[in-house]
Amino acid sequence: MADYDVPEITGEDGIVDVPALQPDAMKSHGPWVSKPEFQDAMHFPTDFNMPEDVSAYGNTDTLVENWKERALDKMADLKGRYRSLQVFLDICVKCGACTDKCHYYLGTTDPKNMPVARQDLLRKVYRRYFTFAGKFFGKMGMPGFVGAAELDEDVVKDWYNYYHQCSQCRRCSVFCPYGIDTAEISMAAREILDHIGMGQKYCTEIMGKLNKIGNNLGLPEAALADTLEGLEEDIYDETGVEVKLPLDKKGAEILLITPSADFFAEPHVDGLMGYAKVFHELGLDWTLSSYASEGANFGMFIGSYENMRKISLRIRKAAQDLGVKRIVFGECGHAWRVAYSFLNTLAGPFDFLDQNYPIPQHVLEITEPALAAGKLNIDKSKNDDMVLTFHDSCNIARGSRMGAKPGGQFDIPRNVIRAVCNNFVDMPADTIHDATFCCGGGGGILTDDLMDIRIKGAQPRMEALKHVTDKHQVTHMAAICAICKSQFTKVVPYYGFSMDMIVSVHQLVSNAIFLTGQLTEEEIEAKEAAEEAEWAAAREKAAAEKAAKESEEAEKETSDK
Amino acid sequence: MQMTIGVIYAVLFWAATLVLVLGVANKIRIYAKVPAPLKIPTTPAPVTQGGVVIRMMQEVFLFKSLFRSDKLLWALGFLFHYAMLLIVIRHFRYVQEPIWGFVQFMQPFGKYAGFLFIIGLLGLLARRLFIDRVRYISAPSDIAMLLLLIMIGISGLLMSFVSHTDIVMVKAFFRGLITFDWQPLPTDGLLLLHLGLVAILMLIFPISKLLHAPGIFFSPTRNQVDNPREKRHVAPWAEELEKQNKMFLDELD
Repeated sequence: MADYDVPEITGEDGIVDVPALQPDAMKSHGPWVSKPEFQDAMHFPTDFNMPEDVSAYGNTDTLVENWKERALDKMADLKGRYRSLQVFLDICVKCGACTDKCHYYLGTTDPKNMPVARQDLLRKVYRRYFTFAGKFFGKMGMPGFVGAAELDEDVVKDWYNYYHQCSQCRRCSVFCPYGIDTAEISMAAREILDHIGMGQKYCTEIMGKLNKIGNNLGLPEAALADTLEGLEEDIYDETGVEVKLPLDKKGAEILLITPSADFFAEPHVDGLMGYAKVFHELGLDWTLSSYASEGANFGMFIGSYENMRKISLRIRKAAQDLGVKRIVFGECGHAWRVAYSFLNTLAGPFDFLDQNYPIPQHVLEITEPALAAGKLNIDKSKNDDMVLTFHDSCNIARGSRMGAKPGGQFDIPRNVIRAVCNNFVDMPADTIHDATFCCGGGGGILTDDLMDIRIKGAQPRMEALKHVTDKHQVTHMAAICAICKSQFTKVVPYYGFSMDMIVSVHQLVSNAIFLTGQLTEEEIEAKEAAEEAEWAAAREKAAAEKAAKESEEAEKETSDK
Repeated sequence: MQMTIGVIYAVLFWAATLVLVLGVANKIRIYAKVPAPLKIPTTPAPVTQGGVVIRMMQEVFLFKSLFRSDKLLWALGFLFHYAMLLIVIRHFRYVQEPIWGFVQFMQPFGKYAGFLFIIGLLGLLARRLFIDRVRYISAPSDIAMLLLLIMIGISGLLMSFVSHTDIVMVKAFFRGLITFDWQPLPTDGLLLLHLGLVAILMLIFPISKLLHAPGIFFSPTRNQVDNPREKRHVAPWAEELEKQNKMFLDELD
């Protein structure tokens, strides 16, 4: 582990005390800048040059010609297309209700990480160039009187740095009396930055891979097929049942869209095996698609409707090409927000799918009712080595729903966990449900060049986790988001936890489910022993044959003499 | 002299009213015109339009989200806004003839609400000065706006309880405004200060954060129904992409 300044956690009441301000505590050059090549693929301007030295990234060396004019043009364009942006820029009264709600502020103490202050980085420019008050006081040389400011390179540096310290988790919008959502502001800011030569490498490079190959990892079809075959073997070895993970199976009923991390990362992949077992047991005919082998949609992170739509249309195409009747999403937070809230709008109408099912549907919306109806054979004791808690993923909690009732996104995953585990404890009320804290890695932050903010931003969640591990003997934390799982496995060790404590919800299902025809542990042992014996016998036989042959040859030799 | 002042203030109030009405109407027109291209209600959100009305009423009348986030701020804000409501209702008597029974009934409440108004505002001002996070995010105009309201309140209270003005003449002046009829106004310093500050408040309304009043009704995170799987929600500019089968806006004809 590299050396980072890790906040201290006590576990006392599970809540981080609101810290005093430390201006510029997180002033930095921000994440790595996106090359013209990546920007081009996203349809963003490319008339800039990369600095030779990485340390110069984010220092405005990459700004395009006439950047100021182009930034203001983009802002005018966006506020004419997004009511959220126009209204939110106008109506904030600076009451301060949000100031202690952001995990990045609590973890870093940098005042520019207070939601309102983060918004003000953009709002002050809007005030200066688009409002009467800002123009008037600006001309008098005192724009600051009405919270306005000139747009200069220092402002752009702050934009680049602090809008990449926002995970667009929307916790602030829950507590704002007007529902002002900083995510909308930071998406707009990133869209502006993308149009003036200051895009973020992590997001655009990943989307480039998706557009070329079909997933964020750049995992080609053959490798994907290999991986899935390997997983089938793993399940067979463990259960004696041939559970399939089909790829590009035409005419299947269900197309499963899942984050590509599910194909290889721990504990994601255990979740994927869980979905496969559930589908198998329910007799559902399903498939993955190599063309749309990604659930995540990074278009949202950079506020690009066009790129988000382009990625969403891949899913539509895959569904049509494969002739499926239903689309189901795996465990992923931002993917589910885009799927639940935006997919129908971006890539609909899905009139070619079976209208008797939600479009799209979350895998938990299949597993939960199946468990409730007793359709799955569950042995809860298989999870008795764990005491579980559950991390509500921000985008699922505050940007989507599961099931028919509001709040189903909180109940359904918990119902599933309770149905497959005996030991479950929730974290403190101010840190769960729609008050949940982001893992610290969402919204395009999950990159090594932002490790510092990722570690510090995790503090509120770590504090709540420490509370339940200390006071309630919790051993594991379940999550339903690929980013949460990746972020936590990387960050919890800095806080003194083990990375193995993070589990997928469907991993718990996978542990507890007993498939039809599944062999018991004894039977598997017996089977393994039998196979072992078979091997041994075969080896013995081969050895005996070899020895016989050799002695025969030796005999022949002697008789020849 | 009273006539001259009457004319000056009449012009001021007509202008202020014009700016307030047209300015806010223009902002509302913009808020209504700009599309919300995606469903972004902060969830859990109501799944019916009726549910959205209830959610919005809870925000507008009870400040529900604010109650969750900060109890002290909620109490101060609640005190200030409801005191202001009572005060505004009480002031109807200066333009009405005959005065509604309801307004007469509210008179004593409105009169003493002035003190709660000041207490609420002083509390809000203290937050801006003494809580480091709130001080950091306060622009001078945020403080100035509180001072403006405090001065309106104090000058009003002084006229109610200490130094009365010629209220009959004031009422004649405001009734005259409605019919575009010049009327004299008392040259009483407190009154002129009070009225002048109110006119300033009206003038800055459409160009300041006071827009939160009409704006909250347009806040997509609060006013949208949670039904994106059932209904598509395509903005006109996005529909163009579909119609012309294009991926990017700059490719549109």
